[in-house]
Amino acid sequence: MLKSKHLIGLENFPTSDLKKIIDTSFKFKEILESPDRKAILLKGKTIVNMFFENSTRTKISFSLAEKRLGADSINFSSSTSSVKKGETLKDTIQNIDAMKIDGAVIRHGHPGSALKLTEYIDGAVINAGDGSHEHPTQAILDMVTIKEKFGKIKDLKVGIIGDILNSRVARSDIFALKKLGAEVVVCGPSTLLPSNAQKLGINVTHNIDEVLKWCDVVIGLRIQLERMHLGRIPSEREYHSEFGLTYERVSKLKKDIVIMHPGPMNRGVEIDSKIADSDNAVILDQVLNGVASRMSILYLLLGDKSEKL
Amino acid sequence: MINNTNTKKLLLKGGRIIDPFSKKTFVGDLLVENGVISKIADSIASRGKDFNIIDCKGLVVTHGFCDIHAHFREPGREDKENLSSGSLAAIAGGFTQVCTMPNTDPVIDSPEHIHYIASKSKNLPIDIFPIGAVSKNLEGEHLTEMMLMKNNGAIAFTDDGMSIQNPQFMKLALTYAKMVDLPILNHSEDIYLRNEGVMNASKTSSNLGLKGNTSLAEAIMVYRDLLLASSLDAKLHLLHVTTKEAVDLIKQFKSKNITSEVCPHHLYFSDEDIDNFNTNLKVGPPIRSKTDRKKLIEAVKSGVIDCIATDHAPHTLEDKETTFNDAEFGMIGLESCFGVVNKVLVKENGMSLKSLIEKLTVNPRKVMNIDRDLFEVGKKAQITIIDPNEKWTFSNQDIYSKSSNSPFLGHEIVGKVKHVVSKNKFYTL
Repeated sequence: MLKSKHLIGLENFPTSDLKKIIDTSFKFKEILESPDRKAILLKGKTIVNMFFENSTRTKISFSLAEKRLGADSINFSSSTSSVKKGETLKDTIQNIDAMKIDGAVIRHGHPGSALKLTEYIDGAVINAGDGSHEHPTQAILDMVTIKEKFGKIKDLKVGIIGDILNSRVARSDIFALKKLGAEVVVCGPSTLLPSNAQKLGINVTHNIDEVLKWCDVVIGLRIQLERMHLGRIPSEREYHSEFGLTYERVSKLKKDIVIMHPGPMNRGVEIDSKIADSDNAVILDQVLNGVASRMSILYLLLGDKSEKL
Repeated sequence: MINNTNTKKLLLKGGRIIDPFSKKTFVGDLLVENGVISKIADSIASRGKDFNIIDCKGLVVTHGFCDIHAHFREPGREDKENLSSGSLAAIAGGFTQVCTMPNTDPVIDSPEHIHYIASKSKNLPIDIFPIGAVSKNLEGEHLTEMMLMKNNGAIAFTDDGMSIQNPQFMKLALTYAKMVDLPILNHSEDIYLRNEGVMNASKTSSNLGLKGNTSLAEAIMVYRDLLLASSLDAKLHLLHVTTKEAVDLIKQFKSKNITSEVCPHHLYFSDEDIDNFNTNLKVGPPIRSKTDRKKLIEAVKSGVIDCIATDHAPHTLEDKETTFNDAEFGMIGLESCFGVVNKVLVKENGMSLKSLIEKLTVNPRKVMNIDRDLFEVGKKAQITIIDPNEKWTFSNQDIYSKSSNSPFLGHEIVGKVKHVVSKNKFYTL
């Protein structure tokens, strides 16, 4: 069904696989919006959700996607596991694998942890966020949301605002958008932008007003408040004033732009409540599309070829 | 006292006009009407009696000087200096623009503080440009709101007085300031190497039993700052350079983003002059050796060092009338500046007056990105008129600062500011 066995990151992910996942997501969205909301396509498959890092929406989204597909899922979080007792990642994973599982979803604080997992596990591995490396399923649900709005992704102008340096969402979004032919501009304080941004084939600016004037879609990223304590930004006030998706800024635009945010939001810092709750915001559509996208990913990676959708 | 009149029709006649921006020098007349340069010509006729005609024969008419490094102590230590007294000291020194340092009490580390200085300076005799702190409370840990501070009038950022030690913080500060497109000014000194040094580490310090501050404390930090700034392509201005090692490093890294300054006292004195524990010679960074002094003079002449800055640092008598160890660091410098640097650089070391004027006018404005093209018809008049040959002894009567901590008191210096035009006023000294 896909060329890839795993979904680790989008940088080297085949574009054809990416497109297939996106297109299939729309079918799952239809199912989710039907009264039944189920498509038992992964019956008898066992998936383990390994969350070594806190997560609310991604974890629930995966669990729900697995349930809707009729898979058996097991949840594992580091706070209640033997990781706390000092077991190494390798031992934890090999033990889980020994129990015969078909797929693993992993969220971990360290870049490369999802790739590492493929060495110890026979089934498919899905990266649900590995440090500041990639968060491919978030990018896919973002693509689905954009395509749902515009009917296409190619040639769209997308601005990504915020902490690009530390954001796995930004990285995966950039890879996905570039593969699908969109134009990307990133904007944020210089201390939160990667120094090699230009090499990624994207433009960099510190002027959010220019980005808003230019773009069709803007993705606001969560500004992690702990960055402030690491000295990378001086204050919430300055960030909000110079990089915030403020009502003042967005309302003076002479056009409609689509506003996205991966959540969780810091209302009043990177985005004003009035904007987050406005008609232009598709932040809650992103959440439902997240379930559909993850169903699509799980189905395409784990499903039997005979089980036709 | 300084007398002042308005500049309704002020005709400066027969002076040698030196325009360091266009690099033109000629003898001629200059007419100022209501604070604006209205005519510059070989000869301007004056009809009617409402002309205020100033005979400038034998004098040099040039841009108002710009000091990018002065401590006006307001808010917090208005007993030492305030914006108003500092402005008068500036006028007396021929300075029409001054950038003030943020190490006041409270520290100028927020847009509100910048706004306070900017708005309080509006009606003073000179233009004051506030420099904001790089870190909150000069603690070297949290960046200040540089974008908002710039919006309120900050012209640069520095933690002067508290050298930035943490290299990661310095890197972030340079990165952030680059986005804001303003320079970081660093007092580059490794405080661990400086240790408890109160003067240059030398034979003299050893003879006097005073703790020495090694040249390496400056050189090592200058090297770090140059490496960081050049790798980030950020704007860095090195404050009060004193050592030969620093000069060599600056020469190596010089670019449009890397600038530096030298203070008059570091060009004039060497550490051997501190033979009687004169606390007015206690300054940070310290007066260095004869070799360093010679190297600094060469560096200004060759252009390795961009400009002269006073580091005008007023202190009370109590702060200075004590032991060398207990005395505060710093000296006032605005009023004596021109006489000192003209004597050392032009009279004793063969630099051209035109070239010296560049270091006091165009170059400091370039560092701070202040409008430099001032000597044109239609521009606001900022003019300093000097007698470059007048010998005079610097005395308490020449001081307009609230403080009098100057090691130049009693010294004969050469070159005197006679008149200044600033903000629609004509001052005669």
